[in-house]
Amino acid sequence: MKGLDNMLLNEKVLKQEEKAVFRLRSLYQKYGYSQYKMSKFEEYDLYVRNKDFLVSDSIITFNDTSGKLLALKPDVTLSIIKNSQDSSDSVQRVYYNESVYRISKGSHSFKEIVQAGLECIGCIDTYNMCEVILLAAKSLQAISSEYVLDISHMGFVSGLLDKYDINDEAKALIVNYIGEKNLHDIKTICDSCDLSPALLKDLTVLIQAYGNKDQAIEKLSSIEMTEDMKNALYELDSICKVLDAEGMDDHINIDFSIVNDMNYYNGIVFKGYIEGIPASVLSGGRYDKLMHKMGKDGGAIGFAVYLDSLERLEGSEKKYDVDTVILYDESADPSAMMKAVKMLTDSGTSVMAEKKVPEKIKFRQLLKFNERGFEILENND
Amino acid sequence: MKTMINIALPKGRLGEKVYDMFEKAGFECPSIKEVNRNLIFENPELGIRYFWAKPSDVAIYVERGAADIGVAGKDILLEYSPDVYELLDLNVGICRMAVASKKDFRDDTEKTLRVATKFPNIAKDYYTKKCRDIDIIKLNGSIELAPILNLSDVIVDIVESGNTLKANNLEPFETIVGISARLISNKASFKFKTKEIEAIKAGLAALVEVK
Repeated sequence: MKGLDNMLLNEKVLKQEEKAVFRLRSLYQKYGYSQYKMSKFEEYDLYVRNKDFLVSDSIITFNDTSGKLLALKPDVTLSIIKNSQDSSDSVQRVYYNESVYRISKGSHSFKEIVQAGLECIGCIDTYNMCEVILLAAKSLQAISSEYVLDISHMGFVSGLLDKYDINDEAKALIVNYIGEKNLHDIKTICDSCDLSPALLKDLTVLIQAYGNKDQAIEKLSSIEMTEDMKNALYELDSICKVLDAEGMDDHINIDFSIVNDMNYYNGIVFKGYIEGIPASVLSGGRYDKLMHKMGKDGGAIGFAVYLDSLERLEGSEKKYDVDTVILYDESADPSAMMKAVKMLTDSGTSVMAEKKVPEKIKFRQLLKFNERGFEILENND
Repeated sequence: MKTMINIALPKGRLGEKVYDMFEKAGFECPSIKEVNRNLIFENPELGIRYFWAKPSDVAIYVERGAADIGVAGKDILLEYSPDVYELLDLNVGICRMAVASKKDFRDDTEKTLRVATKFPNIAKDYYTKKCRDIDIIKLNGSIELAPILNLSDVIVDIVESGNTLKANNLEPFETIVGISARLISNKASFKFKTKEIEAIKAGLAALVEVK
């Protein structure tokens, strides 16, 4: 009984993001992932070579004792890949829970961001992909029952663009507009760069094909597909089917507006949202191209959960600073007081003993301690 | 309870025009026309809530989810690049971002070009593409003064009719990009209120096409 009490107490004491850390850890361990505890520093060189992979390009750097230029980690994935073993017939499963340092957009200053996530590296097959995406969906589920996981396939999008002759500058803009669901500016650029009307037609279908898997895939059927696109769509379909079987179909959307950098990501990409949090809380994908850039043969897929954004989740707001405030005066017997406080804390309430009513603190009830015991002065419940 | 959609509209003439479009599309909220000091206007039956915001702040309200959708000029979206969906070109508030200067201005490419603007990111982007070395002078208003007082060589600003420029003996000579008002949506809101937001978008799109 005692153990259960403690657990319940912990649930109350823990913040949303701390609870999420525990739940995610046990989830990832269940599927055979082992934790990868990292040092906070990494050689700066690693980030310079893969700058575009990073979300923000500003990095905190400093010299270590031997004069080598180091950085506070802006990203965990690169370090994990760097240290992964190259094997073509097995997979390595790791998860992490680390702080990274990035520029926050609003204040233009560095911010510490707590991330949890996992990477599956090596000989990736469809089962591995399903497993990672299932874990991504379950990660969201562990945080809130109101979640959405959006899935896209970079292979499909890049295959579609490769069908047409588009210069690099226009292509970069189009990819950007796909990410904004911005059809009107795609029209403008197709007109001004004299691009094929068929491209505009295809992109219109692509941008409007979001939501439920079956509907989205049906809409896409009007696009003439290359072999690459067909394979991509088949992959997307088979992964969604697995998730459907897990009863998650209401929470899974196809949405091609998730466009990560095509130089790094090549397959499935996905983003997770929780109701009540204005930005995505989970982001990931298949990044074989990054692996190749770093001289590894295998494939890789993984994701990260941004735990710091969970602070804003509803229900995480504290109504009271403390449950009970006990007022006592000089004459009170300390050991009797201690006993009384212990009695209250043992019953699961938090207690603050004060000589006068504390200012700026919200409490559930106010008690007065005297020889006979407690006298209730105020009850805010 | 009906899902509430929060809509941020830009304060001023453009905002009123845009509200009229929302009204025509069937998302009216009569209390918004009353003269009072209220900041927020609700129509609970339709499940919509409007509020006026400074035009340059609309994108921030939407990006951070205080508003589910909003209307912002393309100038603001280009300048701040908020992480939002840009769902529709409303085809109102049409103007252009242009480079202007005194009528007799000759671009001396030997020197660093001094550019006064309210939109430093747009200006920087434009000249970076041209590989031109520039010095950006960020001003918050009355940009037209800058070339007259020789604070800058050129200005990068919004040109609507060109009358203000003309009155000050200035002239636009390069268009950077066309501007109009856009319907934007918070990315997470779009996932959880898809139907409601799509309905508003469709209603407005029908009006845009009629024009």
